[in-house]
Amino acid sequence: MKKEKTSQPTPESETALRQELVEHFREKRELLRQQWVQQMTAKGLLAGLSQAEIETESITIYDTVIACLETGEYEGAEAYATRMAERGVLRGMTTEQIIGGMLTLRNVYSRSLFEWYQHNMERLSAALDIYEPVANKILSIVALAFVEEREKIVRQQQEAIRELSTPVLQVRDQLLILPIIGVIDTHRARQLTEQLLQTIRTRRAKVVVMDITGVPAVDSKIAGHLVQTVDASKLMGATVIVTGISPEIAQTLVTLGVDIAKMNTVGDLQGGIEVANQFLGYKVVRTEPKAGMDNKEEKV
Amino acid sequence: MSVPILKQGDYLIASIQSELSDADLLKLRDDLVRRVSDFRTKGVIVDVTVLDVMDSFATRTLRAMAHMIMLRGAQTIIVGIQPEVAFSMVQLGLKLEGVETALDLDEGLELLDRRTKRG
Repeated sequence: MKKEKTSQPTPESETALRQELVEHFREKRELLRQQWVQQMTAKGLLAGLSQAEIETESITIYDTVIACLETGEYEGAEAYATRMAERGVLRGMTTEQIIGGMLTLRNVYSRSLFEWYQHNMERLSAALDIYEPVANKILSIVALAFVEEREKIVRQQQEAIRELSTPVLQVRDQLLILPIIGVIDTHRARQLTEQLLQTIRTRRAKVVVMDITGVPAVDSKIAGHLVQTVDASKLMGATVIVTGISPEIAQTLVTLGVDIAKMNTVGDLQGGIEVANQFLGYKVVRTEPKAGMDNKEEKV
Repeated sequence: MSVPILKQGDYLIASIQSELSDADLLKLRDDLVRRVSDFRTKGVIVDVTVLDVMDSFATRTLRAMAHMIMLRGAQTIIVGIQPEVAFSMVQLGLKLEGVETALDLDEGLELLDRRTKRG
């Protein structure tokens, strides 16, 4: 953070000046902090915070910035920014509130420097040389902490979407269906297989109907994954029936030379479930329709 | 660590109790292939629930054993392969061709009942 290019202050005088700045900010602590809080309140940046929170947070931030200025170390600021980002994002604070708040603090500090050194332009310029890099660094630390926190949340949500996108459903005893919708990539294929195998064990399934009507296309890698899933299920004692293979996918599979001889395939999901029923020894018999379904609606 | 082999009706049940060394596996194979004829056994179940790893040697030995037992007139069913093991086996391209598998001992016995009645 040291600026070697500036000609006027020698290293000793720079240290002295830095110390002078720190002392100045410490002395005016209450005044400047109040100014800062007032300006933020005027801009509406403190919405949703209680008076006590504003007090403690502003004191901590103020002191943290001065500590950075004094020592040139930023670990404390980084840790604090991360904690602040975690809490802020959780409580729905906007990025504008945080960045705006930090910018305001920056203005308060520089304004005070201008006032203090207004009769000595050289000294002001030297002071700014010391102060500005620190202020910039702190601003970037805060912004980074927030962006990282947001990215973390995005990753968590992506994970959640992926989990939701591969439901394994039990239709009846020992029969699972696995509807696959959308493009399968390697990551998803792996997750899908793992989830299916776990469910086979917990539900003690014998037959799985895997419906790929909603899959637009497959390549050799994905076809390989599907075959692997079928094989792995077989090792767990469950038979997989693949349904809903579109003409395009059928062509791809044959062209790729995927070994589909050992895969059970049935045209559509309905057919697949029927075959599974036979396999498990179920027989679906049609009886007189019950009137119950209609009554329910009338009651509501 | 040798594997206990239990007789249950017309079947033999080999229940693996801990991770096996290669030598243990070969001994299990020899014991089972030999004892198939002792009581006119119709089926053999090997329970691998405790195994966290099935490497190529284990897979090959079990497959070979199943084929040997078949030649001696009995069916072999491997039960209790864990989801993680199943997944890593197919990823490594390890296959148990010609060997039937079932979820657990219960399912294995049921499968054997069906197979041996048919045959």
